[in-house]
Amino acid sequence: MIALIIRRLFQSIIVMLVVALVAFTLFRYVGDPVSQMVGQDTSIADMERMREELGLNDPVIVQFARFAWNTLQGKFGISYRLGRPVNELFAERLPATLELSLIAALFSLVVGIPMGVYTGLYPDRFLSKVFQTISLIGIALPTFLIGILLILFFGVILGWLPTFGRGEVIQIGWWSTGLLTTSGLKALIMPAFTLGMFQLTLIMRLVRSEMMEVLRTDYIKFARARGLTDRAVNFGHALKNTLVPVITITGLQIGSIIAFAIITETVFQWPGMGLLFLQAIEFADIPIMSTYLILIAFFFVVINLIVDLLYHVVDPRLRFDRTVAAG
Amino acid sequence: MKLTARIQDTSHRFFDSDIWYSFKKSKVTVIAACVTVALMFSAIAAPLIAPHTPFDPASLDLMDASTPPAWFEDGTSKFLLGTDDQGRDIFSSILYGSRISIFVGFASMLLAMIIGITLGLVSGYVGGAVEAFIMRIADVQISFPAILIALLINGVVRSLLPNERHDELAVWVLILAIGVSNWVHFARTVRGSTMVEKNKEYVQAARVIGRSRATIMFRHVLPNVMGPVLVIATIGLAIAILTEATLSFLGVGAPPTRPSLGTLIRIGQDFLFAGEWWMVIFPGIALAVLVLAVNLLGDWMRDALNPKLR
Repeated sequence: MIALIIRRLFQSIIVMLVVALVAFTLFRYVGDPVSQMVGQDTSIADMERMREELGLNDPVIVQFARFAWNTLQGKFGISYRLGRPVNELFAERLPATLELSLIAALFSLVVGIPMGVYTGLYPDRFLSKVFQTISLIGIALPTFLIGILLILFFGVILGWLPTFGRGEVIQIGWWSTGLLTTSGLKALIMPAFTLGMFQLTLIMRLVRSEMMEVLRTDYIKFARARGLTDRAVNFGHALKNTLVPVITITGLQIGSIIAFAIITETVFQWPGMGLLFLQAIEFADIPIMSTYLILIAFFFVVINLIVDLLYHVVDPRLRFDRTVAAG
Repeated sequence: MKLTARIQDTSHRFFDSDIWYSFKKSKVTVIAACVTVALMFSAIAAPLIAPHTPFDPASLDLMDASTPPAWFEDGTSKFLLGTDDQGRDIFSSILYGSRISIFVGFASMLLAMIIGITLGLVSGYVGGAVEAFIMRIADVQISFPAILIALLINGVVRSLLPNERHDELAVWVLILAIGVSNWVHFARTVRGSTMVEKNKEYVQAARVIGRSRATIMFRHVLPNVMGPVLVIATIGLAIAILTEATLSFLGVGAPPTRPSLGTLIRIGQDFLFAGEWWMVIFPGIALAVLVLAVNLLGDWMRDALNPKLR
């Protein structure tokens, strides 16, 4: 187990180094950092002095080491476009994205698992067919289109829900939350639904197929033969065993929810990190782009690591050496 | 004579095959295929079918701007699905837009296929350090969502290009970004089948008679691993079209001067609050139907060609 942890940790560090290298290459070679920072009337001598001060004349290895060291300390540089430290900008917007992503993930679990269980238990009922159709539409309809349709119906035609922004937020330390005000909660409904919809269909389909597979196994037959109630069989034995892959997938999907938030944030003008990143792409604001890249990669690596280790804790069959098991 | 006989023979083999049978049996698939063919045909023939040329400024009249669809009071039969804020016919815009959407979808899927097949063949056939290297890259890439990678590549390439050339090169940048972000599935599948194929006798025979590695890989192994590739390609096409639409919707894809369906939806979204819903809804329906039809085709193909492939 310890060997596994060390190996996975080592792999994660390599991935982070590669991502940092990409971010550094972006930062250093796409556009000229100095000419982005100064005005037009700066003399060439001044620019050369700045170049020396910023260490841009040092060997590349030294520059990369400095970049990595600064990143580790949370010094991500200054945004070209907004002229403010990048870590401040991200600290402002991180709560918005995380709240949206977590609520969306929660929504997809709370609705997706029961739908999956139902369609798995009763595949031929009418309601199951309805759920199946919904899941097909959820896969084919692009996220942004679902968002726009919601805006049209609940925002423009019915006027029930706000169509953009976060509503009122309350500051708790550096964290700003919209979960404590009515307008904040109302503003959250449509974005969270939009973002959670795709995950919901994924979870529903997964639970359904796992459920159907488990129900065919011998121990379920024996449980029935023993005279256990349907309830005990379905929920105590079958559902419990389907949840291992569901937990894994959900864990892994939290990373992609954060990434997909870019789209939802654009549709609803939600002031999160995704919107910041998208505006950075439009204006070639490299420090923000590379910071976002590193931050997202960090989320992904940490989540993957945790899920991988949890998987080994939860499922005893995987505790053997992986290479042997995989053949 | 010989040729007609061969055509007859092939067509017999095709119409008697299991695949044709399972295709005929699934009504949904037949409908999906018809819809796909119809949409692709109308996209290719857009200049012939479209009642207006929406991107010729000379033909636009601002007096026509924001006309609702024909079946509304203010609508005219001249503009079936209404017009946008510039007076462009929505129906024609959709035809021209789906042309770009489908083109980018196909081209980027082809690019992903070429990269994936090549790397998959090489890593499966050569093995060793080359394989380990390629597959590690694949592992890292697949742990991030494809759309994020496409967005990044797109962003980087755009910031490398001079501003004034963005619009004309946008479509090619899109193809590059989407293609590079989707190669992993192809590579993994091809690698798997190549590892099985490479121990078979025909490969050994080819090796014995002294054919080069490249010839064996591309002339002999490749045709035998193409089955699963076609399935992935169909589903990949749907994903590529969706990715293109998303990037264009986010404003980093096809430019407003040559809009794809995603761009049309982006433009139309600004007018949603004015109640001019038709600028968004009709391109949206076109996109959803296209993606759904291709998806259904892909699902059927997966079940028909290889039930074990998930």
